[in-house]
Formats: sequence, structure tokens, C-alpha cells
Amino acid sequence: MRKVYSRPKSLKRNPFHYCPGCGHSIIHRLIAEVIDEMNLRDIVVGIPPPGCSVFAHHYFDIDMAESAHGREAAVATGIKRTDPEVIVFTYQGDGDLAAIGTAETIHAANRGERITSIFVNNAVYGMTGGQMAPTTLSGQKTTTTPYGRDVSLEGYPIKMSEMLALARGAVYIERTAVSSPANIRKTKKAIRKAFQAQIDGLGYSLVEILSACPTNWRMSPLESWQWIEKVMTKEFPLGVIKDATGASDAN
Amino acid sequence: MNGNSTIGEAAIRAGCQGYFGYPITPQNELTEYMATHLSRKKGCTFIQAESEIAAINMVYGASLAGARAMTSSSSPGISLKQEGISYLAACELPAVIVNMSRGGPGLGSISASQSDYFQATRGGGHGDYRTIVLAPSSGQELADLTHRAFDLADKYLIPVIILGDAMLGQMMEPVEFKYEAPEELPVRSNAMRGAKGHPSRVIKTFTSKPSELEEINWSLFRRYQLIKKQETSYEAFMVEDAELIVIAFGIAARIAKGAIKTARSNGLKVGMLRPITLWPFPSDKVRELAKKTKYFLVFEMNMGQMIEDVQLALEGKGEIFFHGRPGGVIPTPSEVSLIVSRLCYQKGLK
Ligand SMILES: Cc1ncc(C[n+]2csc(CCOP(=O)(O)OP(=O)(O)O)c2C)c(N)n1
Ligand code: SF4
Repeated sequence: MRKVYSRPKSLKRNPFHYCPGCGHSIIHRLIAEVIDEMNLRDIVVGIPPPGCSVFAHHYFDIDMAESAHGREAAVATGIKRTDPEVIVFTYQGDGDLAAIGTAETIHAANRGERITSIFVNNAVYGMTGGQMAPTTLSGQKTTTTPYGRDVSLEGYPIKMSEMLALARGAVYIERTAVSSPANIRKTKKAIRKAFQAQIDGLGYSLVEILSACPTNWRMSPLESWQWIEKVMTKEFPLGVIKDATGASDAN
Repeated sequence: MNGNSTIGEAAIRAGCQGYFGYPITPQNELTEYMATHLSRKKGCTFIQAESEIAAINMVYGASLAGARAMTSSSSPGISLKQEGISYLAACELPAVIVNMSRGGPGLGSISASQSDYFQATRGGGHGDYRTIVLAPSSGQELADLTHRAFDLADKYLIPVIILGDAMLGQMMEPVEFKYEAPEELPVRSNAMRGAKGHPSRVIKTFTSKPSELEEINWSLFRRYQLIKKQETSYEAFMVEDAELIVIAFGIAARIAKGAIKTARSNGLKVGMLRPITLWPFPSDKVRELAKKTKYFLVFEMNMGQMIEDVQLALEGKGEIFFHGRPGGVIPTPSEVSLIVSRLCYQKGLK
């Protein structure tokens, strides 16, 4: 009998604690598969954030070091500059990367740090109880926008990927979703491309992944996956936002 | 060589591999020195970060990967670094942080001050932790203590603060560099660079079990006790027969020394205790001195911060007086002389 599915070596034998339907567990698995397939386990260091994925090290069987909220790109910079052979990735939520960590993120991208950011956009602050994130959609109800996000007061859903694409040092940026088997496959391919850009020493790479938070969205897992496809992707269109990996101005 | 550059050169000779800074007066010569010299050294990194927060987190990353890493700033910037220092302390990561302090609070002044004593010696950021704090008082000591800071950080896996000030940073003094690290430093065994040849590792502080965190706190506390026992240092100057002892640190001690020499030449028995480690504070030495000496004059360039450590050490023994100048005002030796002689006169000392 041919074995077609098993636990990646880069995942520990611990069951995920994430809520049913949560995107984090799928994304963890995809990253672990890519690390296995690209044979990176011996040289990879992951930086998980404060957020629902703060216990990522409980699942990943790779070297991992905690970061302060939003500072992952700076921490990754310190590691990478110390040993350029290490493959470093940050794993960040939208509260983390798009609010408190914007400065660190933009400047790491602009310096063209050879690091990879996995940016999980679930349109809310998951861990702290479903408050508004910078990515919360217009009109979306959260615990701090109980009447729906009013863009005239609270601003617009922030488009980090598009903004980061302007940075010359950023070489690969793609937005994907873990909302259907096809999109999950695309997400894995994007993660692989992002890691490859780092391995090739080209510059900063980022994959923004639209990911369900059924608990804080007050939806069933199925509804939340449909919501990503029907609603969220209108604001955050999927696709490659920047690919300078073949361009001559990639540094 | 100016004091700021002295620290830079000493750090490079101590084997500093990563420097991460953000411009702020009065320590820019240090950042510029590292930009000129460290950035050209093989295997070493210099980054002008986007903020002090980013800089300290780059230090955290470099230290994770096993580098001897350093950042420097002055008072307002050091406030921003506190989050990162707390994480370094929690994760037991070595790092050297230089504060060439200036007057505060707020943006304050760019002139020399010692108003960050509380912040430096009480941890400074959130949580139950300490950092080693070294207080140089001359160009030579800037060099020597910078080297010592890197060694202490590695030995105890702890962030070490060098607390200088604007004046020390700008002063030009001849310096002898007594140490040169080997061309290639061995990589620290716990350096995080991938799970090659060993099980994967985790560096974390967050836990859902308070008992686990309590254990981390206990283990830090035990190390702090050891540091207190082994690393407390001070300079005792003419204390043997002293009837009045001035307690001062850093540049204030340098100013006080002039005043003490004047007092001695006038026949007054005055000495000085200069803590070199502000944490751990030489409390035992203060207590020992109080067996023979009754009067203590605490002299600081602030409104009275170290005086609390002196009070704690003396446990009500002796009599403590205070003279302080805050805000970046530089007191003169003759000003301190006047205070000393007035005090001696009042107390009938000769
Ligand atoms: C300095 C600081 N401020 C606030 C927090 C509290 N906090 C923890 S995680 C988080 C954000 C979580 O949201 P997100 O980054 O979107 O990740 P998610 O939980 O949704 O995966 C916040 C605000 C913190 N840990 N540190
Ligand atoms: S709260 Fe949301 S993001 Fe957090 S684990 Fe649950 S579903 Fe996932």
C-alpha cells in the first residue's frame, strides 16, 4: 500500500489546540511540509508571535524563538545578519504585523532582509478576544467595533501586501487563502516560492494568507470559509502582488 | 579619543559581532564609530535601525543566534528599549546596552545627568528581573568596563547596562586597550541556528502555567544572588580614617574626588566610596564603612536616587546627607568642596 499522507517531520506529535475551522493549523502544516520538502529543517529558525499562534513551538519540530509583539522582523534580522546561512521566517497575525509591527516590517522589507514573513490575516485580533484589527472589513462587527467598523472613524482595512510591494527590497509578495482545497494548494506553492527567494538571497518575501477565525467571526467553520471566498477576497484580492525574483533589480 | 568612540573600540576588541543603533545625542560618536569600523569587520554587522525598539530586537535576534551583540542610546531611547531588555532578561540572553544618559524627564536636555539610576538598577522594563549595571567614571574605565560587560553578559546570560552620561561620552582622554578577542570567537553552544544534530529547541517566556513561570523567576533569582556574591565592585578612596564619606558614582564621583583632595589638603578626614556596579550595589561595603564612619554624603546628578540604596544598606545607622544637581547641570568640584567643608564644620569634624 502506498502512503499518501502522514505527519511532516517538522511537526511534533502534538494535537493542535486551535478552534475548529481555524486557519492556523492548516498554515502550520503547510509550512512544515515545505520545510520538509525543501530539506530546511536543520537550518531553519521560526519566530512565532504573541497571538493565537504563540504556542507554535508546541507543534513545529524546528528551532523557534519567541518575539515581542510585532518585533519579529527585527528579531529575524538579527538572526539572519549573524548567520546568513540560517533560513529565518516570521509567523505573524494581522494585529501583529499590520498594527504594532508596521515599522519593523516595512523597514525589514525595505532593507531587503533575506527573511520570509508568513502573515496570517484573519481580520481580527484572535487571541485577545476578537477586537478590531487594521484589516477588519468596513462594517464588520468586532468586540471593539460593536456597531461595525466605521471607516470614517476607524480607517480602512489596511493593505500591507500592496504597501510592502512598493519597497524595493521586497522581492516576492503573494496573497492567498486557506479557504478551499485549491487555495490551500496555492498557499503551499506561495510559501515555497517565498522560501526560495530567501534561499537565493534575493531579498524580503511575504505570503499573506486569508485565514478563518470562526470563533470571533461568530460563524461555523463552513460559513467562515465561504465568507473568506465571497467577502474577504473582495477587499483583499488573491494573487501574486510582486514577483521580482527574476528581475534584474532584485538585490 | 572621546568616550563614545572608546566604548566602540573596546566593544570591537571584546569581540562584538553585531551593533544595532539609532541616532540620539549625546552618544552618536559611538554609533558612527561602529558604522566606520565594525561594519568593515569580517562576519560582523552594523545596522542603523528604524527605532530603538527595532535596534534592541535586532540585538535580541543576534544574541539568539549566538553573537556578542550590543546597542547604545541615551535616556529617551533607553526607555524605548525596555520592552526588549525585559525579553532578553526573560530568555536569558546576553547583550550589552549602553546608556550615555542625559537630563530628563521627557526629551529633557542633552547635557550629562544621572537621572536614569532608578530605571537602570530596578530592571527598567516590566517583570521581575535585574540587569547588571556598570558605572564607568573615566575614559580608561569606559574601555575596561565595556570588555567586562561582554564577559559578564556571556558568563551569566544576562543583559548588562553600561550607565555613562553625556560628559563621559564627549570627554577626550588617553586610553589603553588591554584586550583583544581572538579573530574568530567560538559559537555559543545554545546559539539558535537550526536543529542540526540536536533536537529542536524553543526559546520562550510565555506560558499558560504560572508555576512554570514561577520556576523561571526562581532560577533568575538564584542567578542574581550569585551575581551579587561574585561581581559586586567599587572603589574605596581614602576611607580608612575618614569621618565623612562621600558616596558617588560615575562622573559625579570624578567631580567629588577633586573636592575630597581639597578637603584632605585642608586637614579634613574625608573619603569616598564609588560603586562601580550599581546593581549589584555594594551594600555590604557601605555597612562595613558605617562601623567606623558616622557621616555619609550622597552626591548625585539627580534629585536623589542612589541615596535609597544607601539608606537600605545603612539600615538606619549613620547619618546621611544629600547633594544633587538634576536636569543636566554639571556641578563643579568647588561646589562639592563647599558642601563638604560646611558639613565638616557643622559636625565639628577636623
Ligand atoms: C506589547 C503588547 N501589547 C499587547 C499584547 C496583547 N496581544 C497579544 S496577541 C495580540 C494580537 C493578536 O492578534 P493577531 O496578531 O491578529 O493574531 P491572532 O491572534 O489573530 O492570530 C495582542 C494585542 C501583547 N502581547 N504585547
Ligand atoms: S480564536 Fe480564531 S484565530 Fe484563534 S484559534 Fe480560534 S479560530 Fe483560530
